Amino acid sequence: MTDPQEVNAAEPESARQPDEQERAIQPAVDIFEDELGITVQADMPGVSKDRVDIQIDKHTLTIEGFAEISMPEGMEPLYADVSSTRYMRSFSISSELDADQVEATLKDGVLTVRVPKREQFKPRKIEVRAG
Amino acid sequence: MFRNMSGFGNSLFDDFRRMQQEMDQLFGAGPAPSGIRAAVGGSYPPINMGSTPEQVDVYLFAAGLDMHKVDVTIHQNLLTIDGERNLITEVEAAYYRKERFEGKFHRVVTLPEDVDPDQVDASYQNGVLHITVKRRESNQPRQIEIR
Repeated sequence: MTDPQEVNAAEPESARQPDEQERAIQPAVDIFEDELGITVQADMPGVSKDRVDIQIDKHTLTIEGFAEISMPEGMEPLYADVSSTRYMRSFSISSELDADQVEATLKDGVLTVRVPKREQFKPRKIEVRAG
Repeated sequence: MFRNMSGFGNSLFDDFRRMQQEMDQLFGAGPAPSGIRAAVGGSYPPINMGSTPEQVDVYLFAAGLDMHKVDVTIHQNLLTIDGERNLITEVEAAYYRKERFEGKFHRVVTLPEDVDPDQVDASYQNGVLHITVKRRESNQPRQIEIR
């Protein structure tokens, strides 16, 4: 038997988690790579700087955001294409990327995450000396 | 999402939950009826619309737009949004995914019939174009005094 106290303690988190996972929108992304690193651009309209969360470790990059929409009180829905206010998407990354040097910007709801390659993986110009 | 908010006090957290509940009402509290002009799912930009007795609010989820390239027009109760979205493509880079919408878009929204086309307000914040159209006063519910 599990300690009942432990079950109770875990309850709010586990009760909320599946619901949130289910309702997250996968933001549309562009991903490109150049010599120096990989860039991810994600459309997350409604998300402000303090409502975005970027997590990265050796294997995974996760972007998450919560849209804030100003609404008059007592509004009733007439039509909805967008059925959630939460965006989330994960990508697996490989070891040549430097998780410690990630840079992110957010402008007009477009999140740009830049993950540079580790120094030893950046292309080097080999000088050919005269023989 | 909640991980990075743990530093906040309880009252703000409650506010946040309340706000989310209100937003849930607008965002997919069951399938809302779709109008005859509603485009099929996947058209750009996605639109949400809600109403109060005083006004109708239309939200277009269109990140990274140049507002100089967006036209909002209203004719009676038809709201039309025309625009173009240009993305900067890195020529030197190799693209793995290109999912974000690019090009011209056109959407028409049928508003309730009692809106006042002379009282429209539009603003763009964090990639959401928010258009508010007031309703005519004669159509707002009035308290009838009983003598």
